[in-house]
Amino acid sequence: MTTTKTAPRDFGFGEDEAMLRDTARKMLSERLPLEKLRTLVAEAPEPVYDKGERAPWDKQLWAEIVAMGWTGLAAGEAEGGSGVSLAGITGMVEEVGRHALPSPLIPTLMASLVLRQAGGAVASQILARIAGGATASLAITNDRGSWEPEDAPLIASDVAGELVLHGDARFVQDAFKADVLVASARLGDKIVLCAVETGAKGLSLEADHIHDLTRDQASAHFVGVRVGAEAIVSRDAELVLEGVWPSLLVLVSADLCGASERLLQTTVDYAKERVQFDRPIGFFQAVKHPLVNAMVEIDRARSLLYYAAAEIDAGSGKAEIAARMAKSAASDAAAFISDRAIQLHGGIGFTWEYGLHIYFKRNLHNQAFLGDGVHQRKKLAELLIGPLSTSPNLDR
Amino acid sequence: MSSTDLTGDQKEFGEYVRRWLTKNAPPPPPERLPITPIEVMTIGQRDYLQAWQRKCYVAGLVGADYPKAYGGHGNTGFQRIANQEMNRAGVPFLINIVGLSMAAPTILQHGTEEQKRKFIPGCLSGDEIWCQGFSEPGAGSDLANQRTSAVRDGDEWIINGHKVWTSLGHFAKWMILVTRTDKTHKYDGLTYFLCPIAGHPGVRVRPLVKITGETGFNEVFFEDVRIPDAYRLDDVGKGWAVAMTTLLAERGASEGAGSGGGGGASAIEQLIDLAKSSWRNGVLAADDPVTRDAIMRRAIVAEGLRQNAKRARVPALCDHPMRLPLQQKLTASEFQQDNARLGVEIAGAHSTLYKRDPRAPHAGYWPLAYLNSYGNTIAAGTNEIQRNILGERVLGLAKSK
Repeated sequence: MTTTKTAPRDFGFGEDEAMLRDTARKMLSERLPLEKLRTLVAEAPEPVYDKGERAPWDKQLWAEIVAMGWTGLAAGEAEGGSGVSLAGITGMVEEVGRHALPSPLIPTLMASLVLRQAGGAVASQILARIAGGATASLAITNDRGSWEPEDAPLIASDVAGELVLHGDARFVQDAFKADVLVASARLGDKIVLCAVETGAKGLSLEADHIHDLTRDQASAHFVGVRVGAEAIVSRDAELVLEGVWPSLLVLVSADLCGASERLLQTTVDYAKERVQFDRPIGFFQAVKHPLVNAMVEIDRARSLLYYAAAEIDAGSGKAEIAARMAKSAASDAAAFISDRAIQLHGGIGFTWEYGLHIYFKRNLHNQAFLGDGVHQRKKLAELLIGPLSTSPNLDR
Repeated sequence: MSSTDLTGDQKEFGEYVRRWLTKNAPPPPPERLPITPIEVMTIGQRDYLQAWQRKCYVAGLVGADYPKAYGGHGNTGFQRIANQEMNRAGVPFLINIVGLSMAAPTILQHGTEEQKRKFIPGCLSGDEIWCQGFSEPGAGSDLANQRTSAVRDGDEWIINGHKVWTSLGHFAKWMILVTRTDKTHKYDGLTYFLCPIAGHPGVRVRPLVKITGETGFNEVFFEDVRIPDAYRLDDVGKGWAVAMTTLLAERGASEGAGSGGGGGASAIEQLIDLAKSSWRNGVLAADDPVTRDAIMRRAIVAEGLRQNAKRARVPALCDHPMRLPLQQKLTASEFQQDNARLGVEIAGAHSTLYKRDPRAPHAGYWPLAYLNSYGNTIAAGTNEIQRNILGERVLGLAKSK
């Protein structure tokens, strides 16, 4: 695609986008302060880590979020959503990360972006449901951990215009909070996209036991799940998934950036208060300099994040490069500040009760989700250097 | 940067600069130029670069945003465009770096009307080369520990002391000079002068040789040097505050009076080009996954720096106004250093070949650039000092002194 347009001024982040972000920040800081988050998801380790219960989430807060229209942000106005730009959504998702919000919001936004990319009547209907409060998640990762569009986790067969799905979709985010799964399946030489109710006959969810306390994750087992025409989103979806991929990377990167900035500020505050050898520990350069390095990394990730969002909003040919750069930078920045946050807090940061681990684990989850820095850079090298072994200059 | 970030006037100016640079690209230099202005060694290099700066100045690419009364062109928001275009065009750098990015902004802020009219035009045109007299043998990172003394004698001052790491000192007509005028106050006992250098009685400039084998910086000795009080910048005892203005400008927190050139192919394109032509133990570096990853790390930092500069102009996306500007010196100097080191790694056995070897990749640029890169991670406040400044002024951590 060579229809490169120019990205908007100021990353397209204007007054409306700032207002959405500021509203989210205010609402979440009031409704989900760290103390409350800790009580909600980490009262004690046993229920989740020993008994296999899913981490709780605040359904009342969720109802408020739905009422504020955040779930419909990626749906177009025709579907009852607000058709906000990705730059605007990015600002809001940074706040979701900053407050480590346990909710199906990000998976729902991701599914919405896929539906919007696919277009058509079926997608439009589901988007309208999402704008009305329904939740969704993507089932596009296979047993080998591949989310490449051509590696769809499910096999479809065409039975008189209906599709029948078989197979296991892995690493489905917040599957137990979702009403609908947007699943990819192979049908002959095509990839199809279907919208499947989580309660559909033949579909069962098996919870993964995960370390992150701010989400659930599952394997979705499809055994002869029938999908009628009203739920077939696309019968040729490989380009849809490729096209939407940069946007999905941006959402995860935004979560990582928000959470990482929160960890930085929390650790800076601690370094100002904690006194050892008669000085606040932030006096010592072994503490001060790593925090500055973390700030530099977070700033780089954040600049690349808004760059990527703006390029995607503009339909630019640079969207994939920008988004992979953002995800690589955000993953690495998150790894670094997560590490330093625990280490510089010393013993207290290592305890369950202090709660830093909630952010550490959310970041750790998101670093791997949709590919860590190494993965993104491998993809970038293909785009910017070229494929392996076919480089020119083979004549020594 | 996308063109929609610009006003109509800025766009028009950008087009003018692009056209002008295409038409007026200078002939090849008579001898190899160093990587940056702070390593200019020979009279041949100086004359060539001085002529280039004058041409750029006359065309409006230097001093674009400076008032006309002080030799500038009286525009707003144009210098940034000119700097970018000069970088992009790969034309030679502007030689008078101390005059443009340190002396002129400091004089503009602290000078008398007379001083601004006398000193700034020469900074912009490049007709008068400037050097910086801040560092001393005993005052490096602890910059306020100045020993060079200035003693008042009627309408004159008598300077005695020793400055070091003085880039361009051997060609300089003027120096921005920090002196001690009061031994009882460390910070409030400093005074800032604009001091004549070339041919001035009592001033002796002695070249120093860098780890690259090149000269380009110097030490400067002052022995009973007399200068008029009219060359004092701002009040007696205000030297520290004036020096901070200089350092903020030097570290890239503002657009300055002009900079740019010396760029050419982007650093990342050069690294990719090198990897595609470097054989290491019989394997092309561009086919080595570890090398590919390393180059992509650099590409991400490169794009990050570009986007940081853009985000710094979007207040809604900046939590603290100085957070990005104060990172400039640290991130840019480490970016150069890391690129150069990677270039050396990629070149493998060929990285051992230095400037004069005909087989050296990119004419020996990579080892030279790597050796040279320490100039920028040390100068203008070492990067350790930069991290202190960021930790204290932006993050609000306790001061490390």
